[in-house]
Amino acid sequence: MSQAEDNAGSRRDFLYVATAATGIVATGAAVWPLVDQMNPSADVLALAAVEVNIADVEVGTQITVKWRGKPVFIRRRNEEDIAEGRAVALSELVDTDARNANEPGKEALDQNRTLDEAGEWLVMMGVCTHLGCVPLGNRAGDFHGWFCPCHGSHYDTAGRIRKGPAPQNLHIPISVFLDDSTIKLG
Amino acid sequence: MAGIPHDHYEPKTGFEKWLHERLPVVSLLYDTLMIPTPKNLNWMWIWGIVLAFCLVLQIVTGIVLAMHYTPHVDMAFDSVEHIMRDVNAGWALRYMHANGASLFFFAVYLHIFRGLYYGSYKSPREITWIIGMLIYLAMMAIGFLGYVLPWGQMSFWGATVITGFFGAIPGIGEMLQTWILGGPAVDNATLNRFFSLHYLLPFVLAALVIVHIWAFHTTGNNNPSGVEVRRGSKDEVKKDTLPFWPYFVMKDLFALGVVLVIFAIFTYFMPNYLGHPDNYTEANPLVTPAHIVPEWYYLPFYAILRAFTSDVWAVQLASFVTGGIVDAKFFGVIAMFGSIVVMVFVPWLDTSRVRSGKYRPSFKWWFWLLALDFIVLTWCGSQPAEGMVPVISLIGASFWFAYFLIILPLLGVLEKPLPVPATIEEDFDAHYPPKDATAPAAE
Amino acid sequence: MPITRPRTPRRLRLNDLNKGTDEMIKASILAALVAFGLGSGAAVASGGGGHVEDFAFSFEGPFGSYDKMQLQRGLQVFTEVCSACHGLRQVAFRTLGDPGGPEMSSSQVKAFAKLFEVNDDSDGAQPGDTREGKPADKFPENHGAGAPDLSMMAKARAGFHGPAGLGINQMIKGMGGPEYIASLLTGYTGEEKEEAGVTLYENTAFDGGWISMAPPLDDDAVEFRDGHSADLHHMSQDVAAFLMWTAEPKLNARKKTGFVAVGFLVLLTSLLYLTNKKLWAVAKRKA
Repeated sequence: MSQAEDNAGSRRDFLYVATAATGIVATGAAVWPLVDQMNPSADVLALAAVEVNIADVEVGTQITVKWRGKPVFIRRRNEEDIAEGRAVALSELVDTDARNANEPGKEALDQNRTLDEAGEWLVMMGVCTHLGCVPLGNRAGDFHGWFCPCHGSHYDTAGRIRKGPAPQNLHIPISVFLDDSTIKLG
Repeated sequence: MAGIPHDHYEPKTGFEKWLHERLPVVSLLYDTLMIPTPKNLNWMWIWGIVLAFCLVLQIVTGIVLAMHYTPHVDMAFDSVEHIMRDVNAGWALRYMHANGASLFFFAVYLHIFRGLYYGSYKSPREITWIIGMLIYLAMMAIGFLGYVLPWGQMSFWGATVITGFFGAIPGIGEMLQTWILGGPAVDNATLNRFFSLHYLLPFVLAALVIVHIWAFHTTGNNNPSGVEVRRGSKDEVKKDTLPFWPYFVMKDLFALGVVLVIFAIFTYFMPNYLGHPDNYTEANPLVTPAHIVPEWYYLPFYAILRAFTSDVWAVQLASFVTGGIVDAKFFGVIAMFGSIVVMVFVPWLDTSRVRSGKYRPSFKWWFWLLALDFIVLTWCGSQPAEGMVPVISLIGASFWFAYFLIILPLLGVLEKPLPVPATIEEDFDAHYPPKDATAPAAE
Repeated sequence: MPITRPRTPRRLRLNDLNKGTDEMIKASILAALVAFGLGSGAAVASGGGGHVEDFAFSFEGPFGSYDKMQLQRGLQVFTEVCSACHGLRQVAFRTLGDPGGPEMSSSQVKAFAKLFEVNDDSDGAQPGDTREGKPADKFPENHGAGAPDLSMMAKARAGFHGPAGLGINQMIKGMGGPEYIASLLTGYTGEEKEEAGVTLYENTAFDGGWISMAPPLDDDAVEFRDGHSADLHHMSQDVAAFLMWTAEPKLNARKKTGFVAVGFLVLLTSLLYLTNKKLWAVAKRKA
């Protein structure tokens, strides 16, 4: 093969490769929107964070709000709740992880579960860690916290699993006080 | 596959042989892709690939749009706006789908007129042609059903008018229309079934497309000279043809690129140019838009529908002969469907021995007049039926039928065609002369 | 109750964002309902009858994009004037902060949303209950005066049709929706008549020439915070631009994507052209 033919050959190969590569990039760019459209849309994302007004929540009561399609319990604990929660030693617990998305990896002490230092505000997902039912609240169950009617899981006043089939403490979502009367979820 | 002799797939490795004995899928792909294709095909032979692309584009974008669309009269309009505003890239997907429909019809019209000019419908390609007309009818149905889904004013009133065609049929019309609508008027039941059918029929269309391709792969492609590929031997075939891959694949992809540049300009820079503003107003059964027009691709046939009013003698005659059963409304509907059905019979209406219009001096003139007629009818369909429009529509509609029913049969007898090249090779060499007359034909 | 010249109801003022305005809002809504209650909206023609002036908008042409200051002014006109009778039910407050829109800050959006009462969708709410708007909510519907929703109005009207009904000038001038809106707002002649108990106002842009909407704007109906002139012409153009944005919020992104798409397709097509030419060269005896 002569030098000239060889050059012509490599020029041709380069052209073919460049065309194919451009075609592949174009196809990829065309496919991406087809994939991306299945991601959450803007209106869904807009509801990813919600603000909850807690000004009207009395001591010793709780409210349930819907967040990302699931219930969230916000309980304003009374002295009794706090005292009972803090009296529990880590060794008594089924799950020793605080399951607190705000403070990952902390031990499941009562202090590590609440939103404020004083331990008055407990914010957690109202989803039983067993099979996803919504537990009953207001000092229900053997440990005066929550009780899941589906399969009999008992949670204490800090929402920690104490008895029954559920494997984990009730999860605590990303949450923060925006001001004295507003909690932001997400 | 019958037809043009060519090299077939030979399984070589053990796995290839194992697979081939069980499912000859590689062989099928090979034969389809390597099919000998007349090497003199011109740029009007690109529309098939463009149409295949359109079908894929519409199905793919349609499936993802269906993930966000809600076929309910209270939510359909808002769900489309949800796609336009909130869904990731939703606006792009919807604009592609809406303008994709226009590209689809643009391409199919050029494809059909190419067939009409080069006599692609003539023996032995009648089945290919008839399947093609069925595909076109399916496209019209799908386009209409889809246009109803955004539930705008034109959606609603278009659906009301078009389903009224069926109501024009004497005797069973009203019953039929009620059955189609699922009630006395266009309503939620209509929207729901239209959505279902709009999703279903494209797959029926895809099946028809496979049969269409199967048919012309059996007969071989037509080509601008209208001369058949010589089939005496594989060597003879090689003189007239080149394999589809890579020659025509690359050519078609280049052409598709050009088409897509124009498509992208429409989609991204004037996405609503081909649509109607009224469809951005939610459907309201109590208020009719001032001027109902279908999408541009239905306009020629819409013009034919409106052309036959009760003061046309043919309508009066039909009414008299049938004792009033065929009134102007029904006549219009018959004329509209008839203008498409008449094309189905063109393989037998064209009596000429010569296939390609290139070698038919009088035919050419009539053909271009038909193309002009199509454009004029498109314009007529877009205008309010007043002033000169009804007269022009009537002339245009009459010529449409005259072309197929009178001119084509007569021309074959009266016209003296020009000499036709003996082979495709000869036609090709006339465009690309061999450098050295004594050298063998190019390889 | 024939109203000879209804004054423009001043519903909300953006300058009042930090003040408690609930009472004022309620009072002005009532006033608006009374003022427009009889002018039931039958404005459904898609334009075409009247004269539409070819306003120059920043978002026209392939390179055009929204002017965010103009959109903010338009929002102000809409909020203080139009929203008394018209809704924007497709538009979420949060989108006021989106790129390619008025681009308000998140705290501005939050404060703005609070000016509106929306349907309460929380658990336990009764039908008819309302609450303060939040960014995730949409502008409320407004049916009271029978006025059409304006979310899509700029795309639901075409200002240009010719020549000979071919629509070719839409390619050059655009569809003409916002031009139609601005022409309508500036097109009042001052003449009015009463028909079947409804007062109609002569308007040169409106199909048929007589519209049931009283002239909503006059010079300095609002006071723009950016000091921009608030004469009738400017206000009309600003609110028309804003309504184009509500109808087509992704216009900026669309054109930007368009340039990438067209550019890349041109590159790919050029390469395909060269490849195809090279491939066929032997067969065509050109190599």
